Amino acid sequence: MLTVTDVAVRFGARPILDGMSLELATGEVVALVGPSGVGKSTLLRVIAGLLRPDAGSVVLAGRDITTLPTHQRNIGLMFQDEQLFPHLSVARNVGFGLRMQRQPRATIADRVVELLQLVGLEGFGDRAIGRLSGGEAKRVALARALAPRPAVLLLDEPLTGLDRELHDRLVVDLAALLRATGTSALLVTHDAEEATAIADRTVRMGTQ
Amino acid sequence: MERDRAALTLDAEPNTLPRWLVPALAVLPATFLAGLYFWPLGTLLTRVIQPDSIGDALQRPGLAGVVWFTFWQALSSTVLTLAIGFAPAYLLARYRFLGRHALLALVTVPFMLPTVVVGAAFLALLPKEWHGTAQAVVIAHVFFNIAVVVRLVGAMWAVLPTDLTAAARTLGASPAQVLRHVVLPLLRPSLWAAATVVFLFTFTSFGVVRLLGGPAHPTLEVEIVRRATQLGDVDGAAVLSLLQLLVLAIAVWISARLQRRGTHSFTGSSHWRRARSRREQCAVFCVAAAVAIVMLLPLTVMVSRSLRLGGRWTLIAWRELGSSEVRPGVSLGVDPIASLLTSLRFAAVAAVISVIVGGLAALAIAAARRRGALLDIGLMLPLGTSAVTVGLGLLITFDTAPFDWRGRWWLIPLGHALVAIPFVVRAVLPVLRAIPSDQRAAAATLGASPARAWLAIDVRRVLRPLVAASGLAGAISLGEFGATTLLTRAGRETMPIAIAQLLGRTGELPRAQGFALATILLVATAAIIVIVMGAAEREGLFDADRH
Repeated sequence: MLTVTDVAVRFGARPILDGMSLELATGEVVALVGPSGVGKSTLLRVIAGLLRPDAGSVVLAGRDITTLPTHQRNIGLMFQDEQLFPHLSVARNVGFGLRMQRQPRATIADRVVELLQLVGLEGFGDRAIGRLSGGEAKRVALARALAPRPAVLLLDEPLTGLDRELHDRLVVDLAALLRATGTSALLVTHDAEEATAIADRTVRMGTQ
Repeated sequence: MERDRAALTLDAEPNTLPRWLVPALAVLPATFLAGLYFWPLGTLLTRVIQPDSIGDALQRPGLAGVVWFTFWQALSSTVLTLAIGFAPAYLLARYRFLGRHALLALVTVPFMLPTVVVGAAFLALLPKEWHGTAQAVVIAHVFFNIAVVVRLVGAMWAVLPTDLTAAARTLGASPAQVLRHVVLPLLRPSLWAAATVVFLFTFTSFGVVRLLGGPAHPTLEVEIVRRATQLGDVDGAAVLSLLQLLVLAIAVWISARLQRRGTHSFTGSSHWRRARSRREQCAVFCVAAAVAIVMLLPLTVMVSRSLRLGGRWTLIAWRELGSSEVRPGVSLGVDPIASLLTSLRFAAVAAVISVIVGGLAALAIAAARRRGALLDIGLMLPLGTSAVTVGLGLLITFDTAPFDWRGRWWLIPLGHALVAIPFVVRAVLPVLRAIPSDQRAAAATLGASPARAWLAIDVRRVLRPLVAASGLAGAISLGEFGATTLLTRAGRETMPIAIAQLLGRTGELPRAQGFALATILLVATAAIIVIVMGAAEREGLFDADRH
């Protein structure tokens, strides 16, 4: 599904990523684990097209997308701090990607309801973003990333910053959700326990 | 948390300042405001509510055209300024590059230049056929107000998280869709704020319109002056003044309502970054260079025009500045050097008055805490009133005994001070409010009485900012044109008045002299602005009030 080959990123003279390669099969959930500063998030940004690598290639379903603009890649990203649009309601956040594809209004409405149900937030559609709790915001961010049916979903420390109990509950939910939707996903985390709970396979970074 | 601490000091602090202190500080600013703003405004009102004056004023031919032109030139200036200011706003909000500070200053300074200088610069730049046209007025207005967009919209853009637009892109939004669905909606409050400020400034624009618009394009502001000084129709001028105030009040009200909806605050610092790819670097360079050229060109051409006569480079216009005779026996009627000295004298007096009144006002407002808002807002009002209205109010109020001061020279610097005081207060107040209350507490534990501690800490702290503020007040006085036009007397012209007169003459020499005088005014004001801006950055002047 996704093949990353020898990706290198430097900021000035400092190498952030130095020849990173990775393989992700269809429907597979892979966790990237490692201490902070080894370039886990940088790799996600390269795959998402938010950052152009100095060397290496990213191939999605047989197509080289290394220089393709982000919005044409069909790769979803769930940000560590959600990055929900504060000027839009929950429903309009979730439906954002579908609106960008100019899907019919009725299709969008149905999909939004379906996704809110999936993440356990039925009836939250009209809520303002500012009135969500930490856990609710994470669920909305996940629903928003899943809505356009991305070929690959990238998750950048999606469950950081929650209290222990909520974190453990969301780990279970997230694992089930990714399985249920058959999503190919790449999860970045610094928590090895979280990685084994959610992913099929774990890749360690920065520990030679 | 801030509020908790304020409440604590208000309710529980035993070391309160003496009761008489705030009234004692406020008495002079309040008297000043009442005598020079509210009384004249009241006089204007009484002129207007006389039975016939409204009908007469509104029935004069041509009024509809004036109102229409005032409105549409302000509207097109606003729309164009927003559209054109967008690129530099984005550039300065998002990118870190060599010369960023200089470019920011270059964009900001024109906004604080005297209107007459901007008018003169575009007279020099634009071809003759464009003089006296509406597009000349609009172009100058755009140049003038780009700073508003860069500052207000840019400030909001700089703290807009870059990951928010990244999120939109991962959801499949193209660059245009990101702009339309994410960036513009989030910038909306600042866009409205900038639009309001530009609209208010261009709606009440006087200097630029007077110089560039010509007789065919009067705005309300120009028409008020024409009725008051040339037609002797003071009642009519008063009616138009209040009509204009009404429009301004409505505009502010609408804008406040529009801004209240949908303001999202982002915490965090500016997201500046360097351009990465070659193409990006090229784009940054091109926009920066284009902005620099646009901001520098009119002023440069103006300076060069003061050095050209009969198609040759010459210093004649500068050398002849002192002599008011064009040819032996034929007087110019304007003495540029005398106007320079008059302006300097007025600026010095206005600066002293502004610093005393504004400094006392700031101390009173800060010491009174929440109750200080009344004086604060009151002193801001002259800014929201057009300069011509301020001048007209003074003119018709002080024309009868025992207050027949119309011919007195000091009425002009008093008017200038009225306009400059809000800036002094705004400069000093943040410094006072930033003083931690524990400093006074520390002084108290060392044996200082509350009044003594206040003297040693608060009063000491405002002295240095007041020096910077006095420069600003002087610069405002040097460039003030609207109120001065109504209060000026022959033989006592200020620089802006003399520039407007010289540029209104036919003949090459007077015009070159007008450009020379405008160059002096430009250099003086720009120097003061740059020095004050430097001081402001070091000492935290003009910081947004935090409380």
